[in-house]
Amino acid sequence: MKTKKIVLHFPRKCVNQPIVYRLIRDFNLRFNILKAKILPDEEGLMVMELSGDEEEFDKGVKYLSDAGVTLEPLSKDIKRDEEKCTHCGACIVICPTEALYAEGSERKIIFDSDKCIACELCISACPTRAMVLDF
Amino acid sequence: MNKTISEINEKIRSGNAVVVTAEEMVTVVKKSGAEEAAEKVDVVTTGTFGPMCSSGAFLNLGHPRPKMKMQKVFLNGVEAYAGLAAVDIYIGATQVAEDDPLNREKPGSFTYGGGHLLEDLVRKNKIHLEATAYGTDCYPSKYYEAEITLDDIPEAVMVNPRNAYQNYNCAVNTSEKTVYTYMGILKGNLGNANFCSAGQLSPLLNDPFFRTIGIGTRIFLGGAEGYVTWQGTQHKPGVERNSKGFPLQPGGTLMVTGNLKEMSPEWVKGVSMTGYGPSLMVGIGVPIPVLDEEIAAFCGVSDSELSCPVVDYSNDYPNSTGRVLGSVTYEELKSGTVKISDLEVPTGSLSSYYKALEIADILKKQILKGRFFLGEPQKYLPDGRGSR
Repeated sequence: MKTKKIVLHFPRKCVNQPIVYRLIRDFNLRFNILKAKILPDEEGLMVMELSGDEEEFDKGVKYLSDAGVTLEPLSKDIKRDEEKCTHCGACIVICPTEALYAEGSERKIIFDSDKCIACELCISACPTRAMVLDF
Repeated sequence: MNKTISEINEKIRSGNAVVVTAEEMVTVVKKSGAEEAAEKVDVVTTGTFGPMCSSGAFLNLGHPRPKMKMQKVFLNGVEAYAGLAAVDIYIGATQVAEDDPLNREKPGSFTYGGGHLLEDLVRKNKIHLEATAYGTDCYPSKYYEAEITLDDIPEAVMVNPRNAYQNYNCAVNTSEKTVYTYMGILKGNLGNANFCSAGQLSPLLNDPFFRTIGIGTRIFLGGAEGYVTWQGTQHKPGVERNSKGFPLQPGGTLMVTGNLKEMSPEWVKGVSMTGYGPSLMVGIGVPIPVLDEEIAAFCGVSDSELSCPVVDYSNDYPNSTGRVLGSVTYEELKSGTVKISDLEVPTGSLSSYYKALEIADILKKQILKGRFFLGEPQKYLPDGRGSR
């Protein structure tokens, strides 16, 4: 069993093809789409968590690259710069997965990175820019 | 039993003063009543830490040789106001960097501006100074460039024309599109409600009629000792109040001053409000002498008794319609959701309660250790009751 978070870049010619569908059907892989952005006449981008049997996983990845999709591991993670964070709470309503929340009566802002899906919404919502993409 | 500020200072000196934070005072008053609380407690410490746009600092840069009457001054690409004597300037917190793309591609990020510059100064980071001038007989230099730090310049004084708003709006957005404001990102269709006050810990909410706060009140400012130097701009003590006297609207404000050189970057933080601009988060703490029962009762106020107006920042705020969508208490705001137009709206905040608590606690410890004495106001602020 192999699980990886990956970023897929779809060139224009691939955008109309049922690529993800074939990943499931032909290689029996499970996926969870974390972010998807495909606009007409533009390159598409998809961030997903992909998991399945190791051999099938590698075959699936090969299928993707043969189809012209560029892959990169999602080594990107959102980190919090603890020195910059002021615990103001501007992020908590912006975070879609409640990975950021105010705890207790003292309202310390907690960042639960396990719940984070790296959607990056918190980055621009944070006044001190304490939320950063970690490469 | 009534006390005076000098009597309390005497207690501080002898190590006998009883000091509690405004949060602790809620319990004291609830348990013992205001009369007993006034006897027991000498000082209540408050705190607030949030973006305060009307902030900045006067700098005296010292002269290059030959001397210069600086006409345009840029520090790290941020323009300072130089229309003062030769090398005096003022840095404003919301000044944008000269090469900033602004809102050309909305929403702008505003990564660096006056607020960040002020933080960099306090951090003692190297700052690029570039000044131009037309040259005079007494000040011949026309161009000067240097790397400076806060330690290199003769003076740096924080002077904030409007800080520590007594109360503030809760901002929402009823339009369909996200709006980017100084109150943060507001999602459409009442997607979120943002507030910006320390509520029960907020300095001016604990002394709603400024009975103890005036010109000369010594405060915690940006980690250093500062002073209230005037009422802040837009000081409106006459706003509507509840039956206990607490303002239901923004209300009073403070003008404050302190030595920037003594401040700490923990309490002077540059911020980028997406789509709006740069600003500065300032940490302020005001000690309130518990002179009598009335003041004790005021300081015992809790979030459940304090409320603020809900204002639509997609239309009513920018167009000054005066319409208010409702009123919510700070207790409700801090619960995570508030009810607005029959919708459960998630709440976010711009002001850090966690850090405000820390300020109130630092101030409390300083007073208990006899390192911080109360300032005797030389003149009280207008209180809206016509008594001043």
